[in-house]
This record gives sequence, structure tokens and C-alpha cells, in this order.
Amino acid sequence: MGTGTGIGRVRGLGSAKSGALHWWHQRLTAVGNLVLMAWFVTSLVRMPSYDYKNVSEWLASPLAAVPMALLILSVLTHLRIGLQVLLEDYLHDEGTKLGAIILLNFYVIAAGALALFSILKIALGGAPA
Amino acid sequence: MSRNAARPLSPHLTIWKWGPHMLVSILHRVTGSALAFGGVLLLVWWLAAIASGPAYYSFFLDMMTKDQGGLNWIPLIILVGLTWSFFQHLFTGLRHLLLDTGAGYELKTNKFWSLMTMVGSVAATIAIWSELLLVRQ
Repeated sequence: MGTGTGIGRVRGLGSAKSGALHWWHQRLTAVGNLVLMAWFVTSLVRMPSYDYKNVSEWLASPLAAVPMALLILSVLTHLRIGLQVLLEDYLHDEGTKLGAIILLNFYVIAAGALALFSILKIALGGAPA
Repeated sequence: MSRNAARPLSPHLTIWKWGPHMLVSILHRVTGSALAFGGVLLLVWWLAAIASGPAYYSFFLDMMTKDQGGLNWIPLIILVGLTWSFFQHLFTGLRHLLLDTGAGYELKTNKFWSLMTMVGSVAATIAIWSELLLVRQ
């Protein structure tokens, strides 16, 4: 570790920089999830039926497709941070921990890509034959 | 990370007298994990099934229901379990947001709201599924 005084070596590092960012994003997405899931659960319960015509027409409207996309982003960001905390708490081997966090990130990205592509296809693709 | 085995560990789960606050803290993590995998996979599968068109969506409905009519009991248990997990995680999450402000740490208050998260999650689950299974049928 370089030269200089103790404070000079650590200045700009650590939690003074971005240490609280995960904490803040976890709470930001918690409130996002609260609002968006309230919308989603209400929509599901009020939906007259779950047949293909009904759900696809519902999801094609901008006021369903956009909140659904935001819901996916908020939920996946929230669970990515939350599960990373669990992995860091319970996995003590550095290699296993690193591997698990990589898998978690791949899971979140794959689920997000599939969900967003599906929403866009339903919303922009028109009615399939 | 290596640990010096000669050093004592801090007291852990086995040594404390159990209380509702410990239970809901653990439930928050357990239900969060259940939602992160079960809930998200089911939601993404549902979206992908709609995007795949009527034929595949009808297969999805068949998996979730029986002959597109009454619910099959295995998916029913999963769906009710995820509903309860959702409300439990929601209420313990709200509890955590309140605790973040520094409020609610008095012993009786803490115990009361810990118990209320579980009462609330069971009540909300019963309310939703009564509506879906009894009122709407």
C-alpha cells in the first residue's frame, strides 16, 4: 500500500464513495415494488378471466406494458441486491461466493431479458395470427 | 475467509430465546428467496407464454389449472404459497422501512408489529384466494 499519511491512502475509497448505494437502491426498489405490485395484484384480481385474448389485449395497452416493464426492472434489481446479501452472509468460501454471485447476476439478466422481450413483443407486435 | 478457531464466536441462533421478531426476520429472508426464484420464474414464464401465442399460452393455463377449469392442487399450493410469501415479505419489508427510521424498537412494540406481519400476511392470502376461488367461481 502506497506512501503518505493514513488518511491520504484511504481518501476516496470505501463507503465514503459508493458504500451506501446498495442500501439505498434496496430501499428505493422496495418502494417501487410496493407501488407496482399493488397495481399488478389489483389488476390480476380484477381481471374478468385469464384467457389468452383477455391477458394479451390487457398487456398490449401502454398503461399495462409500461408498468409491467418497470415492475420487472424494480423486482429484479431488488432481488439481485437482496440475494447477494444472503450469499455474502451464508457462503464463506470466497470461490463459491464469487461463483454464486456470478450465477445470480446471470439469472437476473436472463430473466429480465426474457421478460422485457416478451412484454415488448406483446405490446408492439400486434395480434399474432 | 479464514477464522482463528481459538477465538470465540458471537452468540448465534441456538443460544437466544425465540421471539416473533427473530421469526419474521428469518421469514423475510426465506420468503424473499422463494419470491426471487418461484415468483419471478412463474411471472416470466407467464409473460413469455403470452408472447409465444395462443397455443403455448393454453399449455401454460393447462399446467396451472385442470382442463382450463378448476385449479389443480399442486399449482394451487404453489400459487397460495407464493401469495403468502409475497404478503409476508411485503409486511416485514414495511416493518424494516419503519425500523430504518429508528422507530419501533421498544420490546412490546417490536413484538406486536412482528406478530402483525404474520397475521396480516395470512389474512391477505385468505382474502385474495377467497375472492378468486369462492366469489368468482
